[in-house]
Amino acid sequence: MIVEIGHYALILALALAVLQSVLPVWGARTGDAGLMATAGPTALGQFFFAGVSFAALTWAHVVSDFSVVNVVENSHSLKPMIYKVSGVWGNHEGSMLLWVTTLALFGALVAGFGRNLPAVLKADVLGVQAWVAVAFYLFVLLTSNPFLRLPIPPIEGRDLNPILQDPGLAIHPPLLYLGYVGFSIAFAFAVAALMEGRIDAAWARWVRPWTLAAWVFLTLGIAMGSYWAYYELGWGGWWFWDPVENASLMPWLAGTALLHSAIVMEKRDALKIWTILLAVLAFSLSLLGTFLVRSGVLTSVHAFATDPTRGVFILAILVTFIGGSLSLFAARAPGLAKGGLFAPISREGALVFNNLFLTSATAAVFVGTLYPLMLEAATGAKISVGAPFFDATFGPLMVPLLFAVPLGPFLAWKRGDLLAVAERLAVAFGLAFAGGLLAWWLTRGGPILAPLGVALALWLIFGALAEVVSRVKLFSEAPKTSFTRAVGLPRSVWGTMLAHLGVGVTLLGIVAESAWKIEDIRVMRPGETARLSRFEVIFDGVATRSGPNFVETATRFRVIEPSGRVTVMEPSKRVFRARQMPTTETAIATFDGVSQLYMAVGEIQPDGGVAMRMYWKPLVLSIWIGCLIMAIGGTVSLTDRRLRIGAPRPSRVPRAGDAAPTPAE
Amino acid sequence: MRRLFAALLFAVVALTGALTGPALAVRPDEKLADPALEARARTLSEELRCLVCQNQSIDDSDADLARDLRILVRERIAAGDSDRGVLDYLVARYGEFVLLRPRFNLGTALLWVSPFAVLLAGGVAVVLAARRRRAAPRDEEAPLGAEERARLAALLGKSPDITDV
Repeated sequence: MIVEIGHYALILALALAVLQSVLPVWGARTGDAGLMATAGPTALGQFFFAGVSFAALTWAHVVSDFSVVNVVENSHSLKPMIYKVSGVWGNHEGSMLLWVTTLALFGALVAGFGRNLPAVLKADVLGVQAWVAVAFYLFVLLTSNPFLRLPIPPIEGRDLNPILQDPGLAIHPPLLYLGYVGFSIAFAFAVAALMEGRIDAAWARWVRPWTLAAWVFLTLGIAMGSYWAYYELGWGGWWFWDPVENASLMPWLAGTALLHSAIVMEKRDALKIWTILLAVLAFSLSLLGTFLVRSGVLTSVHAFATDPTRGVFILAILVTFIGGSLSLFAARAPGLAKGGLFAPISREGALVFNNLFLTSATAAVFVGTLYPLMLEAATGAKISVGAPFFDATFGPLMVPLLFAVPLGPFLAWKRGDLLAVAERLAVAFGLAFAGGLLAWWLTRGGPILAPLGVALALWLIFGALAEVVSRVKLFSEAPKTSFTRAVGLPRSVWGTMLAHLGVGVTLLGIVAESAWKIEDIRVMRPGETARLSRFEVIFDGVATRSGPNFVETATRFRVIEPSGRVTVMEPSKRVFRARQMPTTETAIATFDGVSQLYMAVGEIQPDGGVAMRMYWKPLVLSIWIGCLIMAIGGTVSLTDRRLRIGAPRPSRVPRAGDAAPTPAE
Repeated sequence: MRRLFAALLFAVVALTGALTGPALAVRPDEKLADPALEARARTLSEELRCLVCQNQSIDDSDADLARDLRILVRERIAAGDSDRGVLDYLVARYGEFVLLRPRFNLGTALLWVSPFAVLLAGGVAVVLAARRRRAAPRDEEAPLGAEERARLAALLGKSPDITDV
């Protein structure tokens, strides 16, 4: 019964989405305030019913209702509770239901928090968002219905794919979807602005918090996915340029560009048309990602051709929304008023530089991901595009961008003075250079470019700190003055500092891990000892253990540091009962706070020998710590006064008791 | 920088490998005795696709075919082939599909050129837009037309010949 309620709620959500996609937009065109006002309640109602639907599916998974096909195929009565819940979105149908529920959530948030939006804009934004929602509700109901029942329920389910039975999976997809789908708001704002044919700086101020929130979630989602792959897949890699990863990286890159171009639009009323286009592109790339992952086109063009129902449906959604919005853009963009002038060397110029390189990097990922598919579809020729391609294209495009990051915040709007900026960044540059030199001296004979990478990372870190140091006049004024200035600094400045610093920290981890990783592949027998970096690794033996839904062959190693401290590591192999599928459980121990020892078990030989893959990964954790810092930076920026208060309403006269408005930066 | 990023993505792993069963990619018994030759073999392995896997290099895959290819690469290296020679040998046997870094030719020109073409086109567009904007006076700074001047004069109650307000 509950499952049917869920199914019915989803249909009701679709019905409300249909209303929401027509009435407010109609009202906005005819100037009917009553019709426009339907946007809010329908959006809230839509979220309510989508939420009920999602809760119903979750309930079916939690109680292991094996009369539901989706539960049978992806659950098992012995599965731990956390994976019964995360299993809801660990499959195609459930993840699409999560997708639409997230979409409805964002619509409800705009309805709830968008009180200061002009009525027409709000009606249009929610209307456009509902167009997307209608398409995806139809997709779920017609091609990917998770609520289908079985006439004769089996006693037991087939269990969730074992590699998905991991805490990482419980959080990774929801975070990623909050990011992907969050860009739908920026998209809806862009389309609404195009329909109105009018756009101003206030528009950018309304869009920015939504984009920022989506970006924060996407950053966390990608980082989480990367760390999950790192510890779960057992090869110690953390980014594979796999199409599925690229699918999430593309909207991230476009979203990052959008965040920066929206600043120019908000502050200087420039780059308006470009910002609109980026908002359309960021969400289009999210849709493309959904298509790539969900259509099966990646496995093979042929697999896609043999069962094309879902793929063709998403492709139709993709073509409709991307084609439609781009056509609207082509028709309306030339009519939009152009904004302020600026010299090439200026804050605006720096942000244009940022956008240029981020867009080119997005293009590199885009073409690398789609080219093999297109070429095969067009000519039948099969080629592979893998990591070496992305290293050769994406890499060189990122370097100038990263080098320029610390300069941007120091440049003045309209016309900047590069020489003065260089002067203020001299200390940061000196420190970065010294750090690179130190890295070179410490690792003589290692990869020659690695110290340069370290210097670039330190340049980003010190450059980010230098901005705040210079703004609060640390070292040049009394500490008390600096403190007062620091407190008065807009939060967006702190946010920028943290985000840019986070990029540096991530880069430091990437460089150190790739250049100075130590690998040891060998067969070890019980009692044998191996040396890896400064560690002595002693293999004690193998034991068999039993878990809730798997049998585990665990090895036991003692890792001894020069100080004599002992760490026990137990990498293992598990065989899951229901699917008889083996997985590798790596053992990871963290030393010095950021470096890790990584062990994975391979084949266990009859004579008791175990093929081991061991890595010493210096600074590897900084890769994800940096992403976390970026996300914190985004969150801090999100709490900036001007975003909390919203766009100023010119009609309101400030009252006497109000705090003096801080000049937003 | 290219070398750095090549080193950067050392282990390419795709889901399929993990799905089909965990084992080590490079196995201890495959290694060549000479560390210099072994290092060349590893570098080459990262450039070669495991043909039966999804987006995985033979360096990371534990499929039997990947193992065969790894051994083949080491045989060719031991036989004295150059890196280029080893790749040519594999392409002759398995086609361009085996290369993770597609060779530049007519079919892949668009692939290799487009990221940098986007950069170039974007750069040119930015420069052109900046020039156009600087050449054309801003809207609000445009001199008043005769009609506007007349209207302004009327509003100010002055003769219409003033040009400076």
